[in-house]
Amino acid sequence: MKPAKAFILAIAVAAAAVLPFVIGSYDLNLVARFMALGILALGVVLLWGETGILSLGQGVYFGLGGYALAMHLKLSALGPGEIPDFMIWSGLKALPWWWTPFENPLVALAGVIAIPGIVASLFSWMVFHRRVGGTYFALITQAMALAFATLLISQQATTGGFNGLTEFPTLLGIDLNTQGAVRGLYWFTLAALVAAGLLLALVRGSRFGTLLRAVRDGENRMRFLGYDPTPYKVAAFTAAAMLAGLAGALFTLHAGVVSPALVGVVPSIEMIIWVAIGGRHSLVGAIVAALLVNLARDRISSALPELWLYVLGALFIAAVTLMPRGLAGLGEDLMSRLKRRDAAR
Amino acid sequence: MDGVVLALGQGFNGLSVASLYLLAALGLALSFGLMRVINMAHGELLMLGGYIAYLVMKAVPGTAGLLLALPAAFAGSALMGAAIEAILIRRLAARPLDTLLATWGLSLILQQAARNIFGPIGVEVRAPAWMNTAVTLGPLSLPTTRILILVLCVLLLGGLALLLTRTRIGLLVRAVNQDRMMAAAVGIDIRRVDMVMFALGSGVAGLAGVALGLLGPVTPTVGQTYIVPAFLVVVMGGLGSIAGSTAAAVILGLFSAMAQIFVDVSVAQVLMLVLVIAFIQFRPQGVLAPRSRALDA
Repeated sequence: MKPAKAFILAIAVAAAAVLPFVIGSYDLNLVARFMALGILALGVVLLWGETGILSLGQGVYFGLGGYALAMHLKLSALGPGEIPDFMIWSGLKALPWWWTPFENPLVALAGVIAIPGIVASLFSWMVFHRRVGGTYFALITQAMALAFATLLISQQATTGGFNGLTEFPTLLGIDLNTQGAVRGLYWFTLAALVAAGLLLALVRGSRFGTLLRAVRDGENRMRFLGYDPTPYKVAAFTAAAMLAGLAGALFTLHAGVVSPALVGVVPSIEMIIWVAIGGRHSLVGAIVAALLVNLARDRISSALPELWLYVLGALFIAAVTLMPRGLAGLGEDLMSRLKRRDAAR
Repeated sequence: MDGVVLALGQGFNGLSVASLYLLAALGLALSFGLMRVINMAHGELLMLGGYIAYLVMKAVPGTAGLLLALPAAFAGSALMGAAIEAILIRRLAARPLDTLLATWGLSLILQQAARNIFGPIGVEVRAPAWMNTAVTLGPLSLPTTRILILVLCVLLLGGLALLLTRTRIGLLVRAVNQDRMMAAAVGIDIRRVDMVMFALGSGVAGLAGVALGLLGPVTPTVGQTYIVPAFLVVVMGGLGSIAGSTAAAVILGLFSAMAQIFVDVSVAQVLMLVLVIAFIQFRPQGVLAPRSRALDA
């Protein structure tokens, strides 16, 4: 990284760190949510930008992380022997067996990353090792997002159905509704985002990163050189899923709810547009665009709800046809033009 | 005995669902074989067909309305498809994944437009009265509408097969399907072949939309309901193969109907996805794939 860029990024992180003292708690909560989404966007850069795999089902892994944590939060608010209210309304007498492990906070916290990771690695290996990829893979992941959301909605008694899981008073005994908790969670999310960004920057610069780009640019050529691309594709998909799971859990904490509306086909594909707008090869671009697009969404859909879908649709088309390298690409072009002008002088 | 009747009834339902999947998937399969791109706004072409059927049959009631709605929906969706191909897909043809995203954006816009024009709640297509009957076959009672859609689907398949094997454009399509570069090199105007087939596939989607309109209300998201299974049909069918898509649609339709004897619809949907993933473990190239030595199919 160039010193100038590193300097600018350090200032941005410092500015983000003092943000809680500047803006109100509602806006802070909003920014924290979008930062959580930024973590997911980083995973998409690794998967789509670097490895060339388009997944239209990232919402599934976002949801797995979110639900893993939400199940624990729901259970931790209960006394011994009690079950969540929506289960009682649905006529359930006892906790389903697959809920019980989540009573343990460590299982739930590990599950936030481990469950998406395990599901993603098994699924992607099954598809990639038979050399099914590209458009086929995108379509299969979309079917997965649809199936996951429909399943959550229909299994009302054990998943909370359409309303999802909500009302989480405490995490590990900490009251979540105090200003201190909101700020603490914000800083934690910021730290996670920065850590994930640095980690992926390291991965990108490594030999492994080079191999991911080799998968993207010439999978068959890579095979001729004696590499099996499958493990690299599985690793990229799994890493993106784990980041999505972490993002889902953090988002759930900030939003106080996780529901099928966040994990289905449409939200899954929206996750791609953040990265398309930011520039699929740019980590910083993806974070910035995740913040900007969601901020725009928040503003536009509260003022003119009908307009948002038109804007989103137009963003998709414009991002792909007019600026395939996204905002980051525009920035780079601008910089190189300025430099050339300087050189000419 | 009851079990047999139930299985037979579900068997018919399965074929009926299969016919809808296939009608929705045919256009996708045709253009995917030629251009290797998937039009994510294909579901909205179904929707368009449904709304055209609604408008036509509101103006002209009865059987005449239905006979008029079919060509109108075909033409309307075909025109829209041709426009999508010319404006969006042609520019992106070399980037199949980007095509997915751009056409998805278009699908969002079309859905919202339908919501603004026709309202978020569905509109009912007024089917001719004789269609609201059922044919009784022993203990089974089969709705006339569904039988009619099956017949439409079979006729359409026959027509497409004739078109592809007996006409000049069919010959050109098969040539481009086999080897795009070579076809271009011997002087076939592949752009025009693309355009014609894309419009044709879109028209078929329009017909599928009429079929959906006869079965239930036409809503802005009616296409979305059928498009994901249609994508799975394309994945499972084999590259651009009509016969493969037909087989895949029948497998998925029957499987989903039979699964619904034991589990609810949402679990059946999950099982269908599991089936597709299990299937590609054995035949990643699809049910029927053209024989090819190309490295990148």
